[in-house]
Amino acid sequence: MESKEEIILETAAGSFNPVNPNKEKFQFQRFTRLNRVLHILMIVSFISLALTGMTLKFSYTGWAAILSHLLGGFESAGYIHRFFAVVMVSVFITHIVDLARQKKREYKTWKALIFSPGSMMFNKKDLKDFIGTLKWFLGLGKRPEYGRWTYWEKFDYFAVFWGIFVIGLTGISLWFPEILTIVLPGWVINVATIIHSDEALLATGFIFTVHFFNTHLRPEKFPMDIVIFSGRIPLNEFKIDRPAEYNKLVEKGELENFLVEPYPPIVIRAIKIFGWIALSFGFSIVVWIIYAMIFAYR
Amino acid sequence: MKKKIYESVIKSKRNSSSFLLFRIFLFTYILFAFAAAASAQDNSDCLSCHEDKTLKGKKDGKEISVFVDQKKLVSSVHAGKKCIDCHVDLKDSDFPHKENVNKAKCTNCHKEENKDYTESLHGRAAAKGDRLAPVCQTCHGSHEILPVKDPKSAVAPLNIPYVCGSCHREGSPVQVQRHIPQSNILENYTESIHGEALLKKGLVVAATCASCHSPHRVLPHTDPRSSIARNNIAATCTKCHAAIENVHRKIIRGELWEKEAHVLPACVDCHQPHKIRNVYYEQGMADQDCLRCHGREDLKSADGRSMFVNINELAGSRHTKVACSQCHTSVNPSKLRPCEGITAKVDCSACHAEVGDEYKTSIHGQLFAKNDPNAPGCSDCHGSHGVLGKKDPKSPTFAINIPDLCAKCHREGEKAAVKYVGKEHNIIEKYTESIHGKGLMESGMTVTATCADCHTAHHELPHTDPASSVNRKNVSATCGQCHFGIQEQFEKSVHSPSVTKTNKELPACNDCHTAHTIRRTDQEQFKLTIMNQCGRCHSKIAKTYFDTYHGKVSQLGYTKTAKCYDCHGAHDILPVTDPNSHLSYRNVVKTCQKCHSGANRQFAGYFTHATHHDPNKYPWLYWTFFGMTALLIGTFILAGVHTLLWLPRSLQYRKELKKKLAVEDENPESSNKDINGKSDGK
Repeated sequence: MESKEEIILETAAGSFNPVNPNKEKFQFQRFTRLNRVLHILMIVSFISLALTGMTLKFSYTGWAAILSHLLGGFESAGYIHRFFAVVMVSVFITHIVDLARQKKREYKTWKALIFSPGSMMFNKKDLKDFIGTLKWFLGLGKRPEYGRWTYWEKFDYFAVFWGIFVIGLTGISLWFPEILTIVLPGWVINVATIIHSDEALLATGFIFTVHFFNTHLRPEKFPMDIVIFSGRIPLNEFKIDRPAEYNKLVEKGELENFLVEPYPPIVIRAIKIFGWIALSFGFSIVVWIIYAMIFAYR
Repeated sequence: MKKKIYESVIKSKRNSSSFLLFRIFLFTYILFAFAAAASAQDNSDCLSCHEDKTLKGKKDGKEISVFVDQKKLVSSVHAGKKCIDCHVDLKDSDFPHKENVNKAKCTNCHKEENKDYTESLHGRAAAKGDRLAPVCQTCHGSHEILPVKDPKSAVAPLNIPYVCGSCHREGSPVQVQRHIPQSNILENYTESIHGEALLKKGLVVAATCASCHSPHRVLPHTDPRSSIARNNIAATCTKCHAAIENVHRKIIRGELWEKEAHVLPACVDCHQPHKIRNVYYEQGMADQDCLRCHGREDLKSADGRSMFVNINELAGSRHTKVACSQCHTSVNPSKLRPCEGITAKVDCSACHAEVGDEYKTSIHGQLFAKNDPNAPGCSDCHGSHGVLGKKDPKSPTFAINIPDLCAKCHREGEKAAVKYVGKEHNIIEKYTESIHGKGLMESGMTVTATCADCHTAHHELPHTDPASSVNRKNVSATCGQCHFGIQEQFEKSVHSPSVTKTNKELPACNDCHTAHTIRRTDQEQFKLTIMNQCGRCHSKIAKTYFDTYHGKVSQLGYTKTAKCYDCHGAHDILPVTDPNSHLSYRNVVKTCQKCHSGANRQFAGYFTHATHHDPNKYPWLYWTFFGMTALLIGTFILAGVHTLLWLPRSLQYRKELKKKLAVEDENPESSNKDINGKSDGK
């Protein structure tokens, strides 16, 4: 969703050499810098919120007490939780602002933006792809030719919308119960607690299992796909993974606009370390949740 | 005198002719008198002969004067009596009556006195024919007997010492020939407080010999019937000293002197017979007499125990004015070694009667009564000769020293602790760390609760005993001795047995505060454990508490959140329906505001014990949770199935992908052509 100009500028700045026969040199740029930064912020805030929140949700497990103390006590954990809640909402707002800027730049109306070909909005192809995928799963067809965004990526994207909305709203209620109860009865706080807590459980559970599998753990990407951090994917991989988009870009003759030099190995290394840390946190939280649900549930 | 009588007899023999004449005259006169007065025997008849001052008669072969002084007879108590009322054997006898007349018989009238006399030492001796034994006349005289109230009477109080002393004085045949355990009786009596009052000050109500020994029923003190027998002596003395029991209150408690005379010191043990003064223990009972032997450091008992008594220790003690014999009561001054009779340990309850009774009911006392060698007696805690008051810092029973004192037996591994089967262990260590122990032993605050404050000093019993101060029933009262305000609150709360009638166990102070580990209530550890205490009975409500924010934070180990007592109160817990409850409609908002300054009425509607498992009580929560769980499970099922189906395909695809990428590497142009072409075009 980056503008053409930006990509051109980026590629021009890089040592883009089309004559270079080494294909490794050229990678397809999939995510803009802003999106990558937002996703990193999202990861940090999400894991922080999950950890601090889980200490309360699973307070009856020994791990919760240990973690709570590591976080500096329940009050400190509360401050961390609220700080990252603000960060996450900021990420969300930044993304909306970014969309608004895009709309202003490239599209006349929101409708045009939403139903543009590169949009995250579900479309007919997603339904076709979904059915195609199920057929493929069952051995009834070939792997569908996925485009810019697969349907599961779109699902994840909107899950965040839903999550931010639900968890954020209940979170604010719990943050300011005295103000809330000026208008609403006290039991709303109880209801908000349940919703906040269970929606968070859904979010963490979903991200750290389904999302992790879909993007990182599925065999062809195992152990992780760093495209969200680097923003770039080897061209041949891109061609095979998302043939529909590749072909479209080739047809339109716009492919070279998205070609960039890969990051030096040290950056990749740093990215992978960060990725591993994030994955570890995620898996740890999953283990903890499972432990709490199965062995310590009350 | 004897000489005179003898002379007159000689004289009368000389005048035998006139004597014969006189006899004839007398005979005719008596005949005449008989004829005139038939059988009447008037005193005048007797006196007609016996008023002759020179009249003699024979008794046991001895010639004695048989003159009867009519004046004395008339002024005596027996003035109205006839001679033959007493001289019964002369009744209806002829003139002149027989020789060897029996003694006048008092018993016809004085039956009671006679009965006593017959039983008495004197009477029995007389019956045996002891010539030293006194008869009625020995003391009372004969024709001249005066009323006792007449100061001239031989047995008037003022004269009694002399009457008795006539036989019982030093050097008299009785005192020399008969076994009389006391010596210098008359002299001692004369100097005694009684003798002085009677003889020097003329106080006729002062005790005479007869007051103590009784007039007629004189018996040795070894005879249990005797008025001076050990068991009766108190009764005898209290005839006069009626209020003496008030002075000796500690010992006798108004009754023990009579009831338990065998264990208590008798009056005479302290106030020696005949010598009675305000100064006691003159002989055989004084401390210096005891210390003659017991002041020696090398004095040992037969079984090798030191019998040395350090007089300095005693002098600085609480009992500095108490004599040895007041505690070692079995001493007997009549023995050469007065302490010979001591067989039992000192019974402190002789003076400390109330404490003694209390002790007997305690577990210590019960074990002691069973001869348990480990049972502590008085001296085990209080010491013996050097006993100090509990206010003396050197005393083992001084507040600060009590924990160490009890620890002697109750420390883990010691003789009382090894027998203990309950749950309280390391009590001394725990107490030392407790708020009470620190207050007492670190801060030296003597009003802090010591062992004895809760368990009592002399009435300690296991907590299972309903009479125990630490029995569940009594704990609040025990703690309330100091924590009065708390007890007052507690007694009105739902947890008080006087408010809530239930078969279930209501909490006592120690359920929340523990028995020996009592902590400051503002300490974290206390605050965190308290919820489990409430939860022991209120299990459901405690569980739901832990489902809410407050409970969760508490469970993580933090105290800066509402605990049970923050909302419900600690000791003043009342039903929410009670307007005074912290959670009543009137107070609940205020209670929330303690932490949530912005709390309002609706805020107080928050369910602090909410559970999402109860659709009837909390439908909103139930259905919210239901909906959220359905969403969660639904999402995971769909995503899970999707993922699981994907996995085998993905594995397969991974292989294909490798092949494809390999192909790509072999024919780079195929893919790069377009790129190059486009790039060239640029």
